[in-house]
Amino acid sequence: MMAARPATDAALQRPASPLALFIAFSLLALQGFGGVLAVAQRELVDRRNWLSRAEFVELYAIAQMLPGPNVVNLSLMIGDRYFGWRGALAAITGMLLAPFLIVIALAASYQRLAEFPAVAGALRGMGAVAAGLILAMAFKMLGTLRGNLLGPWLCALLGVTALVAIAVFRLPLAWIVIGLGLVGWALARWRVAVLDAQAARRKAPDVTAQSPAAGGKPGSQP
Amino acid sequence: MLNTLPAGELLDLFLHFLMLSLLSIGGAMSTAPEMQRYFVVERGWIGEADFTTAIALAQAAPGPNVLFVPVLGFQAAGLPGAAAALVGILLPSTLLSLGVSRWGASRRDTPLVRAFTAGLAPVTVGLVFATGWLLALPFLGDAAHRNGALVLIVLTALVTLKTKLAPIWMILVGALLGAAGIA
Repeated sequence: MMAARPATDAALQRPASPLALFIAFSLLALQGFGGVLAVAQRELVDRRNWLSRAEFVELYAIAQMLPGPNVVNLSLMIGDRYFGWRGALAAITGMLLAPFLIVIALAASYQRLAEFPAVAGALRGMGAVAAGLILAMAFKMLGTLRGNLLGPWLCALLGVTALVAIAVFRLPLAWIVIGLGLVGWALARWRVAVLDAQAARRKAPDVTAQSPAAGGKPGSQP
Repeated sequence: MLNTLPAGELLDLFLHFLMLSLLSIGGAMSTAPEMQRYFVVERGWIGEADFTTAIALAQAAPGPNVLFVPVLGFQAAGLPGAAAALVGILLPSTLLSLGVSRWGASRRDTPLVRAFTAGLAPVTVGLVFATGWLLALPFLGDAAHRNGALVLIVLTALVTLKTKLAPIWMILVGALLGAAGIA
């Protein structure tokens, strides 16, 4: 895949050192108010030209399906790709160190500042906005389920069960992820098998129809 | 001013986050309801409002949203708590991600992996909805500010869905309305 890079990617740059990675990731993290993904795309792809747009999307897709914060996983993969584990460490540290210090300083002073009603009110307003942002993110994620091979009904069943189990019954997350995850995985395995069988039948209907005995598996079976 | 916890409880916190790390598919935010259950309901280390404050602070500050996790640790146990929470939530997932990404994206099209991602996706979406609901809940119980907060929540969601406006501006508006006592 790398060999067949489009000509426009020939201009791709690479970071000079793990330190350069650390600085780049620190700078982009410090610009990321309310989320870093959009800033990361702009800095790494549009401005520094370390990745093509397609590579960025590809890495983010993988980062998303792994456990852990997506942006941290993304940093890790980009760092690892240039300087191995040292690069991964540099990118993650850059992404987290300065924002960590800032947010802890805020949390520490908040306990004193909260005595002022205006600060408490501001935090309350920000909390309401935070709830709205998360709900919007959930609605956006809903759109990505459209192509899910489970189909709308099974997706709704799994999603609503997870929502009710957490929000209403307050069950521990481990039960939900492992329990419902296994159910979802088993259902999806079954759907993959069904879909692949359908695709195979569509592709080669004559072969299976002509030699039902040879394969030992009649192609006409529903 | 700063809270502290005995070493044994600090270790519990760290171990709990090590486990949550591996469960945090779809980002740390999907584990937020579980953190709320553990910190507020089971252990009573912090109050319900502290939890919402932690998320709001992390949203207001620059950087990844996962930083609400060390704020929770900080609220419960000061700086050692913050460090334990951050390292705990990141270490297992980071090692796993490094391994898996090296193992290669080449197997993403195998039935096993396709089924894994397809099966977990709806569960993840359900978890993020649950997070939004649990974050909104304290506002619905607060009679003095209920209507303003509801309008703010709905408006934020609509603006996020319909426009490209950076979240920082919405957070700023929320802070101003909140400080003015409107929301």
